[in-house]
Amino acid sequence: MSALNAAKKPKDFVLSIEGLTVSFDGFKAVNDLSLYVEEQEIRVIIGPNGAGKTTVLDLICGRTKATSGAVTFKGQNLTKLKEHQIVQVGVGRKFQNPSIYEDLTVFENLEISFPRGRNVWGALFFRRDAEVINKVNEIASMIFLGDKLDKPAELLSHGQKQWLEIGMLLIQDPELLMLDEPVAGMSVSERKLTAELLHRITKDRSVLVVEHDMQFVEDIADRVTVLHQGKTLSEGSMERVKSDPKVIEVYLGH
Amino acid sequence: MSFTGLRALLPKHDLRALLILAAIIIIVMPLFLDIFRLNLVGKYLTYAFVALGLVLCWGLGGILSLGQGVFFGLGGYCMAMFLKLEASSPEQTSIQSTPGIPDFMDWNQLTELPWFWEPFHSLSFTLLAVIAVPALFAFIIGVAMFKRRVGGVYFAIITQAIAAILTILIIGQQGYTGGVNGITDLRTLLGWDIRTTSAQYILYFINAILLFACLLAAQVIRKSKLGRLLVAMREREDRVRFSGYDVANFKIFVFCIAAVFSAIGGAMFTLQVGFMSPSFVGIVPSIEMVIYCAVGGRLSIFGAVYGTLLVNWAKTFFSESFPELWLFAMGALFIGVVMAFPNGLADLYQSYALPWLKKQRLRLPARLGGVKTPQKTTE
Amino acid sequence: MFAEYSMTELTSIFAMQGFAGLLLFSVFVLMALGLAIIFGQMGVINMAHGEFMILGAYVTYLTSLFFSNYLPSLFSGYFFVAMLLAFITTFTLGAFVEWAMIRHLYKRPLDTLLATWGLSLILQQTYRTVFGAREVGVTLPDWLMGSYAITELIEVPINGIFVMVLTLFITFCVYLLMQKSKLGKQTRAVVQNRAMAGAVGINTEKVDRYTFGVGCGIAGVAGSAFTMIGSTGPTSGQLYIVDTFLVVVFGGASNLLGTVAAAFTISQAQSTMEFFLSGSSAKVLTLLTVVIILMLRPQGLFTLKIRR
Ligand SMILES: Nc1ncnc2c1ncn2[C@@H]1O[C@H](COP(=O)(O)OP(=O)(O)O)[C@@H](O)[C@H]1O
Ligand SMILES: [Mg+2]
Repeated sequence: MSALNAAKKPKDFVLSIEGLTVSFDGFKAVNDLSLYVEEQEIRVIIGPNGAGKTTVLDLICGRTKATSGAVTFKGQNLTKLKEHQIVQVGVGRKFQNPSIYEDLTVFENLEISFPRGRNVWGALFFRRDAEVINKVNEIASMIFLGDKLDKPAELLSHGQKQWLEIGMLLIQDPELLMLDEPVAGMSVSERKLTAELLHRITKDRSVLVVEHDMQFVEDIADRVTVLHQGKTLSEGSMERVKSDPKVIEVYLGH
Repeated sequence: MSFTGLRALLPKHDLRALLILAAIIIIVMPLFLDIFRLNLVGKYLTYAFVALGLVLCWGLGGILSLGQGVFFGLGGYCMAMFLKLEASSPEQTSIQSTPGIPDFMDWNQLTELPWFWEPFHSLSFTLLAVIAVPALFAFIIGVAMFKRRVGGVYFAIITQAIAAILTILIIGQQGYTGGVNGITDLRTLLGWDIRTTSAQYILYFINAILLFACLLAAQVIRKSKLGRLLVAMREREDRVRFSGYDVANFKIFVFCIAAVFSAIGGAMFTLQVGFMSPSFVGIVPSIEMVIYCAVGGRLSIFGAVYGTLLVNWAKTFFSESFPELWLFAMGALFIGVVMAFPNGLADLYQSYALPWLKKQRLRLPARLGGVKTPQKTTE
Repeated sequence: MFAEYSMTELTSIFAMQGFAGLLLFSVFVLMALGLAIIFGQMGVINMAHGEFMILGAYVTYLTSLFFSNYLPSLFSGYFFVAMLLAFITTFTLGAFVEWAMIRHLYKRPLDTLLATWGLSLILQQTYRTVFGAREVGVTLPDWLMGSYAITELIEVPINGIFVMVLTLFITFCVYLLMQKSKLGKQTRAVVQNRAMAGAVGINTEKVDRYTFGVGCGIAGVAGSAFTMIGSTGPTSGQLYIVDTFLVVVFGGASNLLGTVAAAFTISQAQSTMEFFLSGSSAKVLTLLTVVIILMLRPQGLFTLKIRR
């Protein structure tokens, strides 16, 4: 893409996507897409509805199988791995609609995501020891739910559910965090807190965010990729993208 | 296990439920019922093993199997094969054209014991087979289905089809299986006559102890992280998968456990009732076993036992007094429990009986320990 | 195993078994069509489907009694009246069941399965109470009796041919209904996006009710056709329910052509094997094959890719 990216050696990127294509019965939702994410970068993907943003995340985390192309994460080809293996090598993903376990408490939600005892026997003999409890407490206060640990998750507000899901990812300590519209449906003050949270948690990881809210995007993005009909339309800093005539064309219409 | 560990495994209300159930099954029933009725209760309790498995599999995990009769049957048939061979010694079967083989084989012109019957001369092999055969079968089904992400109604239908297939197979291959009559006329276990009153008492207690062992095992699973994972999977399978778990393995595990429970029940059925037949394998009995679990409360392991007892008691009552009404009652039960009481007896107990009990207790001036509200999580 | 038969005998065996297979095919298709609509379009498992079919059969039986007692001159045409009545009765009952029960359970498909099983028990016992436990059969009008000899060895019964033709006709009607009619289009719209369909002014609840009713109505018509080739008892419906579910799932649930193709494959396989093996082994082998194929290809044989 940009000259800057091309000059770098691929291994400097945490995530590199090359020539990624997926076709649903002939319809190419993602079409020959290439994208590179650096260490500790917050990358935002924007684009109109149906542009293929969610599908890109699906392809990275293995939820959808690519028709062709490669997804490389820290030198590993993700397209060959199963979903849970992709998680285990350090990719965390938040879904578009808050996806939490409503029948369990906030504590239990976080505990399940704690990366230990992930096979059958491990889960059966998992013990809630001090390490787990401390970690859960730490994450809970980070996502502003420190005093809600014993509450069933179904009682949380929509914004709190979004945070909880982010927390469930944080407790896994992924190197690449992917968030699909994390502030959708949040109040203004919740958005602010979320932006703050994202800044805090990117200290030692890369983040890939899909978002519509431009204010929020400006707030957090290091760089922005504009997706349109499955292809990159424009890429770069928010200023650059905003002044790109192609982007204006697509967003403001004909 | 340490005391706190035990407390976590059996919180006060679960401990109370366990003790009450134990008192009813181990003390009250044997004291107040004659041996005929007690044997009947023993028979019902063998179905409770199936219902218990369904609590784990369906209640917690959301995996509805309509083929649990298959595992009940496999366990029961394994046991029956051993007992039948013991009852078919050459001396006892000297009038047959081929002495030494089970009578129904002789009637079907078989002249030697089929190879897969041979190992059932050994009790230790039989006991192993009671567990291993259904577990293996469940494992194969589980791997085939869950690894390919077949779930929900598809799983239900396919397990139902498997129940149908096995029934047709058993009935069709009567020379090898005893056909529609099943394997009957079982008498002794290593020379011990299982039809005597004392044997029936002993078998009843063995059955009860095994049931409590399974209840404890179920409680361990329910209270472990695995139990919470099952609930999580039921709700958001994708989220669990994207938290780094291979979801299929957990489903396979719990399905196998449910199969093993059912098989233990089946084997105890054979021992207590003295026969095994395809009428406990097919579609109808399998789905009936689901209703035992549903009536008790699909999330409650103790409820499963009460539900089983209640439905079977009602069944016996109706078929003795108003046989033509039983199907209406059963149908109404299916509809009612789904539409009006999806959490069954356990829920009624939680929302009516428990608050009432608490109110009674609060009236007492003496403090009987802090009355804590139970955590409402995976109850 | 072929050695004992001559070539012509073999041909006629296959032809006869093929015909028996076609008859079984008709039964499967008739039962599966309604089920496929209900399951494929609405995701609802209707365990009482067989009982709806039997209801259609009993209605036909009653109609035949009525005609032979009061309108003997019109007896030869009673069947068409019966079919219409069967449809109306089962449609009405179906719509009522949807209203009273199914609509409360759309989010809980497994519970629907249990509830409809309960319904099937109640219906069975009702039939037993009203019509008795014995099987009843209708008197065929003259023009359906007898058989038609194709060659010396091959004879096909006329009522069988009639049922097949009827099956084709009903299938065609259902196809038109789902593809071309307003209800069909609305149903598919609701399946694809319920919220959107509601937003563009489709009364989704009404569509649900009609779809379920039509599915049951088709079962009723199937039951009506069924009386032409077999007798009816309170539990006749349950006999076929598992096979029919497998047909629907095997066919890929959401498409009618797939259902027909699956019905054809399964019925032909079963009836051909039936000649060489015992009936039960043939059935076991067929069902087992279907189950194994479904394990390998859970989406069924004929499916479209749809978004999870
Ligand atoms: N599994 C799938 N099958 C068919 N079409 C799909 C599938 N996944 C996504 N699509 C289509 O791909 C396009 C992009 O969807 P999506 O990635 O959700 O867009 P966005 O998140 O940018 O709004 C849409 O037109 C959608 O209908
Ligand atoms: Mg999206």
